[in-house]
Amino acid sequence: MKNKILYTITIFSENTVGLLNQVAIIFTRRGLNIETLSVSTSALKGIHKFTITTFADEEIIENITKQIDKRVDILKTYYNTDKDLIFQEIALYKVSTPNLLILKSTEDIVRKYNIRILDMTEVWTVLEKTGHYDETQALFSELSAQIGVFQFIRSGRIAITKSNIERLSDMLDSNRN
Amino acid sequence: MLTNYKSTKLLSGSYVLVESLLNKGMNIVFGYPGGQAITIYDALYSYKNELSHILVRHEQGAIHAAQGYARVSGKIGVVIVTSGPGIANTITGIADAMIDSTPIVVISGQVSSDLLGTDAFQEIDVIGITQPITKWTYQIRNANEITWAISRAFYIAKTGRPGPVVLDITKNAQTEQIFYNPVDVNSIRSYVPVPKLNKISLQSAADLINLSKKPFALVGQGVILGNAEKELLNFLKYSDIPAATTMLGLSALPSNEPLNVGMLGMHGNIAANLKTNECDVLIAIGMRFDDRVTGNLNTYAKQAKIIHFDIDPSEINKNVKVDIAILGDVKKTLPALIKLLTKALHTNWRNTFKSLLKQEIKAVIKKEIEPQVGPLKMGEVVHKVSEATEGNAVLVTDVGQNQIIGIRYFKYKQTRSLVTSGGLGTMGFGLPAAIGAKFAAPNRTICLFVGDGGFQMTIQELGTIMQSNIDVKIILLNNNCLGMVRQWQKLFFKERYSETNMDNPNFVQIAAAYGIPGKSVSKREELDVTIHEMLERKGPYLLETKLLQETMVYPMIPVGSCITNILLGNEK
Repeated sequence: MKNKILYTITIFSENTVGLLNQVAIIFTRRGLNIETLSVSTSALKGIHKFTITTFADEEIIENITKQIDKRVDILKTYYNTDKDLIFQEIALYKVSTPNLLILKSTEDIVRKYNIRILDMTEVWTVLEKTGHYDETQALFSELSAQIGVFQFIRSGRIAITKSNIERLSDMLDSNRN
Repeated sequence: MLTNYKSTKLLSGSYVLVESLLNKGMNIVFGYPGGQAITIYDALYSYKNELSHILVRHEQGAIHAAQGYARVSGKIGVVIVTSGPGIANTITGIADAMIDSTPIVVISGQVSSDLLGTDAFQEIDVIGITQPITKWTYQIRNANEITWAISRAFYIAKTGRPGPVVLDITKNAQTEQIFYNPVDVNSIRSYVPVPKLNKISLQSAADLINLSKKPFALVGQGVILGNAEKELLNFLKYSDIPAATTMLGLSALPSNEPLNVGMLGMHGNIAANLKTNECDVLIAIGMRFDDRVTGNLNTYAKQAKIIHFDIDPSEINKNVKVDIAILGDVKKTLPALIKLLTKALHTNWRNTFKSLLKQEIKAVIKKEIEPQVGPLKMGEVVHKVSEATEGNAVLVTDVGQNQIIGIRYFKYKQTRSLVTSGGLGTMGFGLPAAIGAKFAAPNRTICLFVGDGGFQMTIQELGTIMQSNIDVKIILLNNNCLGMVRQWQKLFFKERYSETNMDNPNFVQIAAAYGIPGKSVSKREELDVTIHEMLERKGPYLLETKLLQETMVYPMIPVGSCITNILLGNEK
């Protein structure tokens, strides 16, 4: 496949049982990996929003977006590249408190990465960082190299478009013929 | 039994289910009982006079019968089966209905909702298994959802691009007592069955067609599903555009319509395929550019501007990149298009098709349908049956050589005259589909062409034919092998005939054991008289024709080849 780039697919759906499977199997059929997945309620009452990222070429993305959109309980599906979106991920890092304390420059690292400290015991400390993948990954690499990381978790991407309103309202309006 | 009434007394979920089916206008269902469907069958017993149930011999038979019924009637085919193996046996047919856009509602019994997920007896994950091959699938876990779910299922199955729906109904939902109140679902906010017509695109399409010197239309089943046969013909005549059909689009145009230039694809007509790569504007109407139609996409219609009419946005640019997409219902979009067209004549262009037809008649057709000497040929059997039924019969086929020869040489006068498994290529489809077709068109002759392989995949349905005395004419094209696979082995696998020979039983005796009369024919001079005997006799009949193993279907475009690379069988 040529020109694989990261796409963000945004799906608005009814909140019914089994929808995630319906979406997932469309990726499976095409042999596409879901890189990240996040599901939550949207700004519109009763409507859920999936944010999925995947590497693909545009032809495939266009096709699967339409195939997802076709499912009866899906209201609308869009795809975007990063330039159309404001997006964010959150990562948590559990590190050793003694190791953190012996760091020469704890303040430097906290300032450099804009870290929040969520909890701390004598044994471990949980750090939180929000940012793009590269940013949370950079902190992970630095911590791993310097003091080691006990546990690490990164959320799926959440994203909103650069346009003003939830685009679903356009779709709901246009359906009222 | 009262039907279609608002109840003031409590009814069980199973009774509500049957009332809901009657409310949807159903008078026939195909099915097979079992433990988790037994209360539904108990309700069916009370409604015997209102709702016929055709008892098949295997659940696969039920779903294919429902498909045959739906394809010929244009209505929804309904199947009732039990849980576990019952619904599992319908999976092939559900997938077949999905890929061929056939409106089907499958109702499966399921274990009680408190047992779901516990590996209870005859429990399978129906939702998980059927989601990829249905338009919608839903598990009814309490009786109050039944009327809503049935109405929604019928609405989804039939609207937009049709397809199969599965309703899995738990045992407790079948037995709970509720008041029956009909519900009518006729819109779903997340579902847009017919996209809005874009008038700017339509004008662009009209401009292209108006300027075109060599327009060519490709007609798919969408025209039949949309009941737009008349609108199609009006359009073709107005602009004098030759048209070829896909396999499932056959009978959308009468065989003798001068603008109908035959069938597209791997075993289609020479002109239809060659002209696809010569036309200047290609107008695809309710078809989906299947790989069996397009061959190699890199060399497919590259010279042409392509206009694609379809109701399903996900078909646009899926296989072939098109210049203009016209979304919507062809019954509306074609008349809207005609208003923007100028009347045209393309006599010279149309004449170029005729010489190619002459070439095909000489190289292939005449040898196949009118051999003077040598053993019986499939084509002549099909041709003779078609002649004897004067184009009024419904053709049902199985899959393989019987299918291709059947659809190539059978003639049609009216629409919805062909039932065949197109997208999935399901062997064993034919016999049960013919059963369903007969219930959809009781006054028409149903001619099934089936091979010895496919016949034996669902041969148990002879029992259904016997029990319900279903008038199906079974024409068995017996070459004692899996002919189409053998053909590929001959052409592309150095004649290594791996597992394609079959030692077969005495089929006429098998039919006789089911009380079905029949005759085996191997001589040309016996053929006509036996065909007439079959057609004159009321009730089912088996006509076995004994053919040479060595049967080849031509023309043929090898898989993945350019559509102009057509084998005619005379290659060195």
